[in-house]
Amino acid sequence: MYHIGNLVKELSDKHGRARESLMPILQGIVEKHNYLTDEAMVEVAKELDISAAEVYGTASFYTFLDTQVRGKYVIRVCKTITCSMKGKSEIIQILEDMLKIRVGETTSDKQFSLIETNCIGWCHKAPAMLINEIPYTELTPEKVVEVIKGYMQKK
Amino acid sequence: MEKRGLNKVDLIFEKVDPKEVLTMAYKMKPSDIVQKVLDSGLKGRGGAGFPTGLKWKYTAAVKNPDKYVVCNADEGEPGTFKDREILDRVAYKVYGGMVIAGKAIGAKMGIVYLRGEYRFLLPQLMKELETFHKLIKDIGFDFKINYCLGSGAYICGEESALFESAEGGRGEPRNKPPYPTTSGIFGKPTSINNVETLVTAMMIIKHGPESYSQLGTKDSRGSKVFSISGDTPTPGIFELELGMSVQEFVNEFGDGDTKAVQVGGASGFCVPRKRFANTVIGFEGVPTGGSMKLFNSSRSMYNVLHNYLDFFAEESCGQCTPCRVGCQQLLKGVQKVKKGEVKSTYLNELIKLADTMKVASKCGLGQSVGNAFRTIVENFREEIIY
Repeated sequence: MYHIGNLVKELSDKHGRARESLMPILQGIVEKHNYLTDEAMVEVAKELDISAAEVYGTASFYTFLDTQVRGKYVIRVCKTITCSMKGKSEIIQILEDMLKIRVGETTSDKQFSLIETNCIGWCHKAPAMLINEIPYTELTPEKVVEVIKGYMQKK
Repeated sequence: MEKRGLNKVDLIFEKVDPKEVLTMAYKMKPSDIVQKVLDSGLKGRGGAGFPTGLKWKYTAAVKNPDKYVVCNADEGEPGTFKDREILDRVAYKVYGGMVIAGKAIGAKMGIVYLRGEYRFLLPQLMKELETFHKLIKDIGFDFKINYCLGSGAYICGEESALFESAEGGRGEPRNKPPYPTTSGIFGKPTSINNVETLVTAMMIIKHGPESYSQLGTKDSRGSKVFSISGDTPTPGIFELELGMSVQEFVNEFGDGDTKAVQVGGASGFCVPRKRFANTVIGFEGVPTGGSMKLFNSSRSMYNVLHNYLDFFAEESCGQCTPCRVGCQQLLKGVQKVKKGEVKSTYLNELIKLADTMKVASKCGLGQSVGNAFRTIVENFREEIIY
């Protein structure tokens, strides 16, 4: 069975074991495993020789370093003012209908998580969302259906 | 007020030969670079507006072999997206500005702190960086730039929170002093500059401070990249000469029914229609890091205010009580007023709270929540109450 410790070692070799390596290591784990398990954070603490509480302290500060279960594709819909003015609610509605989950939830097959996020810097092309790191802008319900279908076929 | 059109400028995105400008900079004395930037009158383009030349001068004056140039690319202010566009289109000019800053202050190391939301840009930026490193090595510079990636926290755009984050901690702002110029990233003297500021500095070296300072006004020299969104037929990025009034801006970018412009994002100021004509966009009037949001008469300013307060309540780092509790109470307070659970005069109490936050909060986040709060509540009181 794959052990998270191997990935942590790999990432520590790449980024180093100094305190400032903590963020890139945590980001690397999230990139691969979508979120940080307690086990992963304890492994990181051992590898960097700091307390697990410090690792958790840093991780829990950042919205992109999730410490709760997230799917393979994390959909973050911008909820800040321009996106909100330009039809964010409709976008959320269609996503909830398609994925059969509510905002904050993850599909039972662990493929998709749907969350709202603060301004992602696409106000001139609102409404916008990120799926993992990829931005999708000038969204319409039709466009959202198309994009999500593409991800569904990927799995 | 004198009527004039907006002067569109092309300085930031103008194509330049980085080799030519950087060779010029390489031959200059550090103090001459600082002097040119001082003479240009350039103020930081991230929003706070500290004179760039002074920042470089102070950092240069500190004796320490390990200094840093940090590029603040944690662009998180609602309504701002110019730094993303700059990095996407002219990253080499951002790097160029960093090398010039490095020469000016005596630093060999540069760090770009890029917000996590822009991670998709990273592969392309790294590739350009590789080419750039070769170029400066050929010229003779001893300077290296690294990337540091954020993970979704607005507060990390605050300089000392950014340092904490880059060092692997929670992005909680530090007490000041000491200022970054003496103790910044890793406790070393640091000049931290916004993406656009660095590009502008490079263009000042290229064109000279005289031609740059001819643009703009006494308090707001030069031009600025504006991020324009909301109720406008032409949302996007525009570089404009500073010194225009909100009215001139609305004439150009409004949809004919603009009732308010939020200048400077959620932490900025709301300008209502009656003040368009006599409000200047710039440090003498309403300053902005570039965010310009237009609202037409179909919009509820209660929704706008609620959205901003919700944003701040989430993004406050929670370290100091005035900001942590204040943001939550302002949000709850306007909800209560809207529902009629409290008298409308309760808004006056909330304004006092916002004023207290301005004085008592540790960093710029808590200190500036009151800007939008006061200007929206005072100008659109009926919309908040009814």
